[in-house]
Amino acid sequence: MKFPLTREQQIELYYYMKLNRQLEEQMVKLFRQNKIVGGLYSSLGQEAISVGTAYALEKRDWLAPMIRNIGALLVKGFRPRDIFTQHMARYTSPTRGKDGTSHFGDLKELHVVSPISMLGDLIPVMTGVAMAGRYLGQKVVALTWIGDGGSSTGAFHEGMGLSASQRAPLICVIENNQWAYSTPVSRQVPARDLADRAKAYGVASSIVDGNDVVAVYQTTKEAVERCRAGQGPVIIEAKTHRMRGHAQHDPAEYVPKEMVEYWKARDPIARYENYLTANKLWNEKVKSEILARIEKEILEDQEFAENSPFPPPELAEQDVYCEGPLPNEAKWRRPIEEVRPPKASVKPEWTVKDFGGQEHPTPGGAPASISGDGTGAAARKASKPVKKAPPVKASQPKGRK
Amino acid sequence: MAQVTFLEAIRQALFEEMERDPTVVCLGEDIGVYGGAFKVTQGLLERFGWERVIETPIAETGIVGAACGMSFMGLRPVAEMQFIDFIACCFNQITNYAAKSYYRWGAPVPIVVRGPSGGGVHGGPFHSANPEMYFVHTPGLKVVYPSTPYDAKGLLKSAIRDNNPVLFFEHKFLYRRIKEEIPEGDYTVPLGKAVVRREGKDLTILSYGAMMHTSLEAVELLAKEGIDAELIDLRTLLPLDREMILQSVKKTNKLMVVHEDTKTGGIAGEIAAVVCEGAFEELDGPILRVTSLDTPVPYAPSLEERFLPNVNDVVRTARELANY
Repeated sequence: MKFPLTREQQIELYYYMKLNRQLEEQMVKLFRQNKIVGGLYSSLGQEAISVGTAYALEKRDWLAPMIRNIGALLVKGFRPRDIFTQHMARYTSPTRGKDGTSHFGDLKELHVVSPISMLGDLIPVMTGVAMAGRYLGQKVVALTWIGDGGSSTGAFHEGMGLSASQRAPLICVIENNQWAYSTPVSRQVPARDLADRAKAYGVASSIVDGNDVVAVYQTTKEAVERCRAGQGPVIIEAKTHRMRGHAQHDPAEYVPKEMVEYWKARDPIARYENYLTANKLWNEKVKSEILARIEKEILEDQEFAENSPFPPPELAEQDVYCEGPLPNEAKWRRPIEEVRPPKASVKPEWTVKDFGGQEHPTPGGAPASISGDGTGAAARKASKPVKKAPPVKASQPKGRK
Repeated sequence: MAQVTFLEAIRQALFEEMERDPTVVCLGEDIGVYGGAFKVTQGLLERFGWERVIETPIAETGIVGAACGMSFMGLRPVAEMQFIDFIACCFNQITNYAAKSYYRWGAPVPIVVRGPSGGGVHGGPFHSANPEMYFVHTPGLKVVYPSTPYDAKGLLKSAIRDNNPVLFFEHKFLYRRIKEEIPEGDYTVPLGKAVVRREGKDLTILSYGAMMHTSLEAVELLAKEGIDAELIDLRTLLPLDREMILQSVKKTNKLMVVHEDTKTGGIAGEIAAVVCEGAFEELDGPILRVTSLDTPVPYAPSLEERFLPNVNDVVRTARELANY
């Protein structure tokens, strides 16, 4: 392992993945009991990506989850009660019942930025977080996810273009779960690897087996180091499969059975259990302790959520505008004088030295260059691509998607 | 006191705010070396450097999205739309991301999105728009539309210091045509407050932006006819200064609204509803509108002249209302 993990860390990875899964399984039950207010999305089969990527970040770093990144929120420090109360629209939820699902965050302590339902939006937003972090001298990395579907949006493109031109410390993880709702990836992009998109932006990329939590961690850790060193954004494509429908209402009959079987055999949690056993990193006792802990936490937090009140109706009228002070004043980690004139001032010179994208005037005048060729070839070599899944042969719904 | 143009007043506001507060940064297309398409940001790069005057790709969604992200880190970004028409390209970032952020999850978005708006310069359908009402319809935003250099500077400073997303419309017809003596140094004009430009007792004219000047001309002509009109500059469209509107209607009992935005769905309709709800008994006549036509902004001068309201339209309507 390039980035060694202690035994405790490897056990912790399991804890988060399993907590992610058990929590979502519990919510499926609640959904069937009509206790979830809106829709319910599942990350079944994708837990290794959320957990492995978020685990590679430090406390100071920032992330912005998508709908299937509950695991990342848990790693960053949110608790099952936050997820339960969000889905059950309780007053005790992080948004006090004003929004649901993973649509919440925390600017002050956990450094989590809330998503919205419009896909791709987080990429420009997290580019801004990354740029501001650099400006303030914080040396932070910003990470967000996008699906194979969302990587077709204009916001994705604009965000990647801006982050690349700014050499922003941004990691964009493309979770290629092969389905955008009901549309297979083959009908979205005429390319085998979505990581190839990186070439167009001149950023580095990797492809990783998204069902291998250790590989996901290693790949992300490398990207984090690269970003931290000022080498610009990285796209990581994590190959995986969405094991439930788009949301709970969707039986996903459009997914071929053999495809489900193929990926079921590669379940990230079962695989990791085997890995832990084969490497003698745990035993049955340790496992049962973890499972008991998870069960206890889930039941306690579910109870907390169910006993929590719905928000008082008058809350609907409150807090359209922020009238008070900012909750998040800028935290300077460099001398402010550096950005105040006359120290900050420049002569506006502009020379294009190499159109290949190797040299640009860099914000702050710091020298920077991209060492990757932007094709992702190097990364692909380093990280073994996952075995190709059987092609999708099922008949697709005709007409508009 | 020095005479400055509308454009120079805006530039001063940016300059002074960046000088005052290192969390203020600007981003947009061509705003650095070139100084912006209208030269509003001229000199900022030389003074504040690449890190604070950020030239971006042509990517309005990218620009506004990044501004949102920066604001989460405690910065106060000012994003420029090269023409405010292009704000349509980042509609989602503004209306769904920025506007709802504080309400949803308590994360304020202290950003300003500013840019040149309005017609009268033969810019055609995509360089002349007044898209303010798309945003006035969006809770969580503030929408500012100044008409004088003094206000432009003071309001932009307030917008930058405000903890909410503020859209700042700069009527490009005014950029170099309007001059005013403004105090040197720091002052602000509060958001959400209209101002009485001329007191009168016969009827009230509400306006904003370039149409303020058209209305002012009309009011002077009306005075010669013995019609004493009160002229109010809205300055901020969201939140709307309902109090001042109702106060004036209670005094004059007659109201008309003049705006360069198109008629259907323009703010005049909203104001009419506010007055009907709050001062219906006080009205001695119908609430009348003088607006642009319900068409895209046409290109040829003869067409654009027909499209835009003019002094005669305002005078004629005011006369009609006064005699009602």
